[in-house]
Parts: sequence; C-alpha cells; structure tokens
Amino acid sequence: MKTAEEIKAAILAAVPEAAIEVVANPSVSGQHSLRLDPSHAFAVAKFLRDDAELSLDFLSNATGVDWLDKEVSEKVKVPRTVTKTVDGVETTVEELVEETRKRTIPGCLEAVYHLYSVAKGHGPVVIRMRTGNRTDRVQLPSLTPVWRSAEFQEREIFDLFGIVFTGHPDLRRLLMWDEFKDHPMRRDYVEPDDFEYEPTAHDEVLVRAQAHRARLAAQEGSGA
Amino acid sequence: MSTSGFVQEKDKHDGWNRPQVMEPDGEAELLEVAMGPHHPSTHGVFRMDVALDGERVIRLKPVFGYLHRNHEKLGETQSYLASMPFTDRLDYICPMTNNWAYALAVEKLTGQEVPERAEYLRVIVGELTRVVNHASAIGFLIQEMGASGTPLMYAFKEREKILDLFEELTGARMMVNYMRFGGCRVDATPAWLDGVRKVLAGLPKFADEFENLLCGNEILMARCQGVGILKPELAVNAGITGPMLRATGVNYDIRKVDKYGIYDRFKFRVPLGDHGDVYDRFMIRLLEMRESFGILEQALKDIPGGPVMDPKAKLRGFRPKPGEAYGRIEAPKGELGFYLISDGSPNPYRYRIRPPSLINLTVLEDMCLGSNVADVVLIFGSVDIVLGEVDR
Repeated sequence: MKTAEEIKAAILAAVPEAAIEVVANPSVSGQHSLRLDPSHAFAVAKFLRDDAELSLDFLSNATGVDWLDKEVSEKVKVPRTVTKTVDGVETTVEELVEETRKRTIPGCLEAVYHLYSVAKGHGPVVIRMRTGNRTDRVQLPSLTPVWRSAEFQEREIFDLFGIVFTGHPDLRRLLMWDEFKDHPMRRDYVEPDDFEYEPTAHDEVLVRAQAHRARLAAQEGSGA
Repeated sequence: MSTSGFVQEKDKHDGWNRPQVMEPDGEAELLEVAMGPHHPSTHGVFRMDVALDGERVIRLKPVFGYLHRNHEKLGETQSYLASMPFTDRLDYICPMTNNWAYALAVEKLTGQEVPERAEYLRVIVGELTRVVNHASAIGFLIQEMGASGTPLMYAFKEREKILDLFEELTGARMMVNYMRFGGCRVDATPAWLDGVRKVLAGLPKFADEFENLLCGNEILMARCQGVGILKPELAVNAGITGPMLRATGVNYDIRKVDKYGIYDRFKFRVPLGDHGDVYDRFMIRLLEMRESFGILEQALKDIPGGPVMDPKAKLRGFRPKPGEAYGRIEAPKGELGFYLISDGSPNPYRYRIRPPSLINLTVLEDMCLGSNVADVVLIFGSVDIVLGEVDR
C-alpha cells in the first residue's frame, strides 16, 4: 500500500487546491494520518474512494476527538535593553534574555475516519478534519454521501461531540434524547445535577440534592 | 471472485446509496407504528418507527439509545486495564472476542508481544465464541419465524456446554475478563483442553441437525428466500461487515485480510452467499460454524506449551507512549474495532469502539422497504445485533 506521503501526492495531483498535512503517529502502530482542510474534504474523499489504485471503498470507523485549549509554556529569547554599570560608567546594552512565556493552543473538535479497501484488501488510511473552534465554528462537511457507513457514526459524533455535519441527509441525535442540550463526550462536560439523584440520597449525592433543591426554591422565589 | 466487481459504479447518480423514497399506493392513510422498545423481536430495547401502507413498509427509522451508558466516556476516566472487564458488557453474547479486539488495539499501540500459547488460546476461545454466537443467532431466527422455544433451546444446549468451558477457564460464564495486553489472564489446564475436544466432537452432529432444520423446512425457505435482499455495492459502501457482508458475495473476512494473531497458520474457507437475502445470511452462519470446528481442531492439535503472558508485560502503572492505534478483528457479528489515543497518561485520551451491530443496522431501512411488516421482524433478526453494543 502507498504511504501517507504518497497518498498525499496522489491527492494533490487530482485535487490540486486541497491543503493536506501528514500527521505523524509516534506510536508503534505506525498509522499516520492525513489532515484535510474541510473546504476540499468532500472532493478528496470522492477521489480516495474512486481512484483505481487506492479504491478506499470501505469506511470502517468514523469518530470524534475533543481537543481542549492547551496551555504550553516555552522558553523564548527576547531582546531587551539592560542598563549596566561597567567601570563606573553607565551604559545601556541590548541583550538576549531567556524568558518563559505561556501560549494557548486553541482547542478544536476533530473528526477521524479510518478507510480500508475491500477491493484491494489494504488499509487503514486515516483522514481527519478539524473544526475552527469548539463553540461556534463547528461545521464540517459530511462524508455520508460518499460512504454511507458514516451515516449513523456522524450522527453519533454530532450527538456526543457537537460537530455539525453539513450535507448530512438526516442529522439528528443518535443516542441521547432529542431534548438533550449538551454533548456528553466533550472533555469539559459536566453532568447536570438536576436529574437522577437518588431518592434516598446520601453523602455526596445528598449535598448535590440539597444544593439542587435550594436552587429550585430560589428560582420559584424569583419567578413569583 | 473478481476483486473489483463491487467498487462503486462511479457515482451513477447522486444519492445512489440512499434508501429509495416510497409512495403509498392509492389514497389510503399511512399507519405509523412504533415497533419497540418493548417488542419481543427486538432482542432488547430498540425501536423502529415504521410507516405502513396496509402491510407494506413505506418508511422505517431505527431509534437507538435506550441502553446508552456512555461506555466510551467511562473508558476515558479509568486506566487501560480497568476497561477490559467493561468490554465484556458490549456484546454480551461474545465477550471473548470483545476482549480480544481491545487487547489487540492496545498491543498495536504499545507493540507488545503475545506468547504463542496465548495466541492459540485466543483462537480457541474466539472460535468457540463464534460457534456460540452463530448458534444462538440461528436459534433466534427460527424463534422469530414462529417456532417458539424449542429450536432456540437446541441452540442454547450447545451454548451452555461452551459457557461451562468458559466458566471452568475464567470463572465466569459470560463476563469472562479473560485477555490482557500481552497474553491471557490464566492458562488452560490439559483437562480443560480435553473438555474442549469433547465438546468439539459433539458439535458437527449438532450442526447437521441444525442444517436439516434450515435446509429441509419448507416454511422456513418460503419465509427467508428472496426476503431482505442487500446488494453488494451498497453493503460495502455502508460499511456492512461479518456474515451479512459475505452473504452478499463479497469476500472480506478480516481473519484472512489482516491475518491478525496467528490466523495465517490455519486452513479454513470463507463461505460466500449469492443472493444477500435472509436465507443466505443464516446459511453463511451455519457454514462459518463448520469452518470454526476445523480451526478449533487445528488449534487444539498444534497448541504449544509455554507462558500465557509476556513476562515483560506491565499491567499496573501502564502508560503507553503518546500516539494512536486502530485495531480490529473479525468478531462473530462483524468488524469490531477499537480506536485508542494515548497522551502518555495512564488513561486513554480517547477510547472508541467501532460497533459492528450499530453499523450493520445502517441498511435496515433499505432492506425492509416494500416488504411486509411480518418480514421486518425476520430481516431485523438476520442482522444479528446485541443492544449492549449498539447503544454502548
């Protein structure tokens, strides 16, 4: 089978405007992946499926990953003017000073697809797409028209992660009920305290139940 | 068969892989029925919202989530090892293969070696699981056709014998928690292997009996043949795997394709269907069961001595290097995959299960459209799902 780099070259030959990045996988599995830009992902997916040599006709697994904002601290050398007293004479010198700076890598949601070829018996080819952020720019193109097996799996990603797949024929929640508001598979999901506390609450649940009742009482008071 | 016959026909038209839109005949009003979540045919809590024109199915939407417990989130909050017993609860008919798929994915992530004896033991328990699953699936089909109880109990008789073996080996009939990254939890005694040989000796007779029940029964053939037809192009495109895919004639068995474990050492054939109907799906299961007997015989003959755990394997304080891996096996119901992302901590950053049962239901609507409502029960039964895995 072709390596990730070769597949990237093949895609660029067919869809020249696509931006593709090879994401190396440091683990021993050696399953490197290709990150597609969402605007050309649909064309690339069609190419991957229909290309005679690759013929990745089988989408095995589609899933989401939630990447939170990540704070990294890195050491940078910053030029700075320092006043120094050398031999009784005050001089200002430009110096490189090492400084630790904190930088935030913005989080995003990611959809990952594992492709195989039934016709050729090779795989997996891993493709992934990232959303702009985790709040309002969460649209990604749906690959369901290309591979039908994404239908339920993309619905599940929409349900549990909150990625909105544009072009999906039937984008509804899959596992949670329709009225449910949040996305439980997100890393920062906090389960609400106002359902399913035990009728005979004790310990931590009791504290939560009391807090919940107090909140309800306050709401009723303010409403009246 | 040729290897390129089922590549998509180059986008004949958009939406070729969608279910067709059906219009009711005449003026009659549509009847909307919710089959489930408590319906005897649904094997658990599962609902199909069906729109009927008389007896004909016009629309069918499966509704999931009644057994949802967010297994994947649970996997992220605990260590790699702690997820192993939870995998038993996915497809509770075949816990051994669930263990195997998870162990395989972690081994891909870390590059751990599995000792030879453990590989053989995995094949033995895995193929026994396949027999259990296929026997019960056929039993359930006959039950759903109206033969209440007796045929299913025939299947369960053999299943009990195998579950007794599992109990002897692992301490539990179903929640076995048997495999570990880098081997198996306990070794099999010679007496246990003899027990497997004894059970195996009785299995071909049982399969013959079952085949007579299937092939010779006129009612069964009338109900099954030509019902719920699935086309190979759509099956591949919709990610259908396992006996359901092979019943359409597509030669894709992960034991042959990936040759995971030691499957390249065994001689076995991959049964293929012609029509992709309900009858083919069950015949494939019967034939696969017979192939499993062959694999079991070979494995029992060749099983070497030695350790069952890699002595270097580390179960406590297990921290894989950052990276990701997707491991998959041919579980009895189809392709069972685990996708793991490690960030170097003791818990997986992402723990994903690729459930064959859920994805095989993608084409349920396509198969049921236009057929009678009584056949929906049969077609659904022929998909062979377990809700513990569908909803996770």
